[in-house]
Amino acid sequence: MADREMRAVYAQTLTALAASDPRICVVEADLARATGTGPFAKAYPDRFFNVGVAEANLVGVASGLSAAGKRPFAATFACFASRRAYDQFFLSANYAGLEVVLVGTDPGVTAAFNGGTHMPLEDLALMRVIPRLVIVEPADPVSLEAAVKLALDRGGCTYLRLQRKPAPEIYGPGEPFEFGKAKLLRPGKDVVLAALGALMVGEARKAAESLATEGIDAAVLDVFTLAPLDRAILLDLARKTGRMVTCENHRVTGGLGSAVAELLAEEGVPARLARIGAGADEFGEVGTQDWLAERFRLTAPHIAAAARRLVKGE
Amino acid sequence: MINPSPERPASPAELADLASRARSIRRSCLESIAALGVGHVGGSMSVVETLAILYFRHLRLDPENPRNPDRDRFVLSKGHAGPALYAALAEKGYIPREMLGTLNRGGTSLPSHADRQKTPGVDMSTGSLGQGFSAACGIALGLRMDGPRADGSIRRCWAIIGDGESDEGQVWEAAAFAAHYRLSNLIAFTDANRFQIDGATEAVMHLRDLSAKWSAFGWRTFRVDGHDLAALDRTILSACSPDPEADAEGRGRPSMIILDTVKGKGVPALEGKAESHNAPFGPADLEAALEALDKEAPRG
Repeated sequence: MADREMRAVYAQTLTALAASDPRICVVEADLARATGTGPFAKAYPDRFFNVGVAEANLVGVASGLSAAGKRPFAATFACFASRRAYDQFFLSANYAGLEVVLVGTDPGVTAAFNGGTHMPLEDLALMRVIPRLVIVEPADPVSLEAAVKLALDRGGCTYLRLQRKPAPEIYGPGEPFEFGKAKLLRPGKDVVLAALGALMVGEARKAAESLATEGIDAAVLDVFTLAPLDRAILLDLARKTGRMVTCENHRVTGGLGSAVAELLAEEGVPARLARIGAGADEFGEVGTQDWLAERFRLTAPHIAAAARRLVKGE
Repeated sequence: MINPSPERPASPAELADLASRARSIRRSCLESIAALGVGHVGGSMSVVETLAILYFRHLRLDPENPRNPDRDRFVLSKGHAGPALYAALAEKGYIPREMLGTLNRGGTSLPSHADRQKTPGVDMSTGSLGQGFSAACGIALGLRMDGPRADGSIRRCWAIIGDGESDEGQVWEAAAFAAHYRLSNLIAFTDANRFQIDGATEAVMHLRDLSAKWSAFGWRTFRVDGHDLAALDRTILSACSPDPEADAEGRGRPSMIILDTVKGKGVPALEGKAESHNAPFGPADLEAALEALDKEAPRG
């Protein structure tokens, strides 16, 4: 079976849930064609709203819908969801104690041909400082379905970071997920590759296979939620291996790498840390996703090289 | 129990009662600000009559059950007028009058800007200007999704924005949205008190003809003296009347009532002054203001 398109899974999951939950509605800002919520709009035209090219209003209207008892899923490119509508999401949704799921699509280098203006390498950093917000970046279609259901069940606000393109299935149907629980995809005693999102989990798995051929036993962790962070498993693995490589399709500042660094320092865990991601001083650029992944050193060979350096004590 | 909507203009007796409510709200709002010594006097005073007529006549509410899902919603998008809203909520019985003395004290339920999680009767947290208005659109949309009440009446969302607030681009994003989605259950007010923090609105950012703007955005637009309760009442009734341009499903234009108001109204030392926005206001100022207020009250 061909890999499922992540955006199609998002739309199908919402459409299916909407059948039994009349509170669910979708709010778009002239990117429904990109987000792929057409099937929802067709099934539930009275619960689908397009605000036009107006991201501040997108989040404001979604917040109002929540205040009226609805459960809005608002989507736009992650660059706009974070940088452009930040104060709206911070105040009208989160501070106000409402229940808005904000979906940021095309994160990091998946923005590809849209280039630097549209390339969010800081959305995780911005979102991570919002109190009580859940930040989830699913690694495959199965965990995406789970994330949508969990966001609905938990209530509150969620930032769903979503690549649109197909992703291979990692998990079998019915795999249980929880916010704040990472998934250990591969055990390993030498080094931990902690990755967030489909692109980076995929690269981390490839890196682990390549390291295995060199006799380096690398664990692979699908972090799943950046917030709440699965502190317990990260600390346990860091203590056991003493080496951790964080892998994120994001700048190394403020996101997963920073969160893990804070955790290790606070807990006094004597582990080495390497952070895979765009550099602190780098803006996004234009190109194919593959070219950009290489440009920002996100690929398996870079992850493997970082792990190797840690294992060799360099 | 939710009160019914008025069907005809207020009688002289009803208007006298509203005037008395407005005086009481103005007085307790000023007392609460004076207890702290500083606050958003100007923009609170300019909306007192509007809050009085909304809370004591046009909003359909259930003070005993503030979260009654069948209630109308009200969004104070110019959230800095929180002190006036709290005085209205106390007058209506949502919060004890003594609570007004805690305005802006550490740990209070009455913060400077309205907060839906802190204060009974507050439907939306506001303060970052423009945002409440978008939320009001979302609320109106959500209420419409619920259909009419059991008695067939329309669920309405009401909102007040400021003229200074109207500098925000988000206000106009929301303006287009409400008209496009034909949110005729949204009744909004612009408190045109003609001043913002840095000076007269015409000097800081001249938005030209507000009525023409709202009309051009596709709203039913009205303009009225925001301190004249009788005129205000008639205008609100017009805004709530069926829209001749409504479609077959009864969806028409949202309404914008532009209120010509005086910033700092009722406080002679601050009336019509930009400095009234967030002003020092102590016991002596209160005494002078209350003296002026008493002079206005009907004798006997």
